[in-house]
Amino acid sequence: MKYVDAFRDGEIARTLATALAREVRPDRTYAFMEFCGGHTHAISRYGVEDLLPRNLRLIHGPGCPVCVLPTGRIEQALRLALDHPVTLCVYGDTLRVPAAGGMSLLKARAMGADVRMIYSATDALALARREPARQVVFFAIGFETTTPPTALVVREAARLGLANFSVLCCHVLTPPAIRAIAEGGPDGEVGQIDGFIGPAHVSTVIGTGPYAPFAAQFRKPVVIAGFEPLDVMQAIRMLVRQVNEGRAEVENEFTRAVTVEGNLKAQALMAEVFTLRDSFEWRGLGVLPRSALRLADAFSGFDAERRFGLEYTPLPDHKACECAAVLRGVTRAWECRLFGTVCTPETPVGACMVSSEGACAAYYAYGRNRDSGADVP
Amino acid sequence: MKSVYVRPLDLRGGHVDLAYGGGGRAMQQLIGELFRQAFDNPWLARGDDGAVLPELAPGERLVVSTDSHVVSPLFFPGGDIGSLSVHGTVNDVAMMGGRPLYLSAGFILEEGFPLADLQRIAESMGRAAADAGVAIVTGDTKVVERGKGDGVFITTTGVGALPAGRELSGAFARPGDAVLVSGSLGEHGMAIMAQREGLAFDGDLRSDSAALHGLAAAALAASPGLRLMRDPTRGGLAATLNEIARQSTVGIVLEESALPVSPAVAAACEFLGLDPLNLASEGRLLAVCPGEEAAPLLAALRAHPLGRQAALIGEVIADPRCFVQMQTTLGGRRMVDWLAGEPLPRIC
Ligand code: SF4
Repeated sequence: MKYVDAFRDGEIARTLATALAREVRPDRTYAFMEFCGGHTHAISRYGVEDLLPRNLRLIHGPGCPVCVLPTGRIEQALRLALDHPVTLCVYGDTLRVPAAGGMSLLKARAMGADVRMIYSATDALALARREPARQVVFFAIGFETTTPPTALVVREAARLGLANFSVLCCHVLTPPAIRAIAEGGPDGEVGQIDGFIGPAHVSTVIGTGPYAPFAAQFRKPVVIAGFEPLDVMQAIRMLVRQVNEGRAEVENEFTRAVTVEGNLKAQALMAEVFTLRDSFEWRGLGVLPRSALRLADAFSGFDAERRFGLEYTPLPDHKACECAAVLRGVTRAWECRLFGTVCTPETPVGACMVSSEGACAAYYAYGRNRDSGADVP
Repeated sequence: MKSVYVRPLDLRGGHVDLAYGGGGRAMQQLIGELFRQAFDNPWLARGDDGAVLPELAPGERLVVSTDSHVVSPLFFPGGDIGSLSVHGTVNDVAMMGGRPLYLSAGFILEEGFPLADLQRIAESMGRAAADAGVAIVTGDTKVVERGKGDGVFITTTGVGALPAGRELSGAFARPGDAVLVSGSLGEHGMAIMAQREGLAFDGDLRSDSAALHGLAAAALAASPGLRLMRDPTRGGLAATLNEIARQSTVGIVLEESALPVSPAVAAACEFLGLDPLNLASEGRLLAVCPGEEAAPLLAALRAHPLGRQAALIGEVIADPRCFVQMQTTLGGRRMVDWLAGEPLPRIC
């Protein structure tokens, strides 16, 4: 048996499902949010929800790197790619994120902008080194998992004194986003969330430590889980136990990769290259204080916003898009008026429909056959 | 009269120039020295504008299919644009139940394209056609200015004969039917992606590009009630099954544990966050047959060299919503949807 198959085994899944069914109290409901898009993907891809008790539901959170990018940031990248003679390097699914007026980086490319898909930050750096006459900009997005690789290439570019490389930095932080969800929306709305399945890869970097104050303050249990479907099921079982016993602690299901303090080297690297932004706009969550990173002053020469004089103008999301409510568990994807009609994976209106990890897209692509009765064409 | 000396094509160091598409002597020479040699058949040798083809057997009907091929890179592990352009169209004819007979080929060449590469592609086409038992009987060549093409584009049209009394269609699937596939999924798509993006993976990623006429004939013989065959190319198995579900107004349920996927493709998909169900195959056949014919059909596929890993992967059910679903290895059931656009790697 291959390594990963051990974490997708149907037999073990059934045993876990039976145990879960025994442990949930019939007199209440449970709602847990998996924060991370990787979990959303695993849950939908393997049909985990079919194995859960009826009175337990999962809420797909905002932890998908492309889904939380606000329209204004895409607009910034578009302006850069269309109005400046640059080569913009982006991660794959960033290409499809919708901006205002149906634009996207994919469309910009069709209009002649030099936008390239890359697989890692080092690809962008390599391109800049290969072609010194070309201004290469790396559109750096993602949570704490993709941040250290960006830090590495910035440091390397500085060491090499590369004048034709810069970074449009949109890296965001996980803990402030989880906090924002627990605090409720602008109108104070919070859906039922009894606990959080904590991120896998992000936690390998930041460790379990940063979740502790959050769990204590909001009295919400957090269980860090690996990305395999059985990890998720085990984490759910641990959450159910905490809820039943009235505990709100940080527990770690993903001990094979996550420690309390995390990856100290990566943290030091990030601290060296980046500094906190005072505030950052998130799609669906609004403006969150101290929730994102920009390049530290020592590296500001590589900051594309500075180099190309890019201003940030916030742009409102589509009026009818309910992403903000979906991401907080207040509304379910199929309850959005646009779901499956105007808003589909081919023509996403809101962020949650963009990547297969987004709450709406995951439901559309994998879960339409389930309970909702949402009859979409 | 003295015969005019014509300098032979410089097949080693030469390049395509605009004169090769101009209809003059240069074009004649290109066709004569390169294509006619590589494709070698009496119709092409006559040098007419078209080919007059012999009559079909009584009761047989014509099947026609056409396909344009643009692939980057032009040469990849397991094939090249030449063999692909033959296999693709031969397979489309074969999937309709037709016995592939003839091909036409149209080339759009970019100025500056090396003649040596063109020769390699033409020879590969010639070999693929000979192996598939079809003749490339007519063709056309155009040259576009540098920067207006991507080396070479090839459009092939195939003609085949459909035996009397047989008809296959994506609209013929019925509840209770069995769904079979002839081998492991996504190998062409993953090989191309890995090559194009310079991704280094452990294990062998090769295109599965192959002519399926023999395998298709075996399937037809083994399953008298055969409803349809398809080759899951662009969009992969997921797209093909969704098309069939729509055409026939049925649902399809796959069994994930039965899907054949090679370890190399599985590992690469894992790494890139892709699903083998969305990746193209170029040498695999998907068949839908009445449930009771599944066993003989499976045996016939497995007996053929191109179908050794054939598997029964699912069944057709009644479902007016036309959902394609999959019973996962974990025990859940999820949708199998079309992919929105090209497969793009997920980041995380
Ligand atoms: S379905 Fe589309 S418009 Fe509605 S909440 Fe989801 S992403 Fe927004």
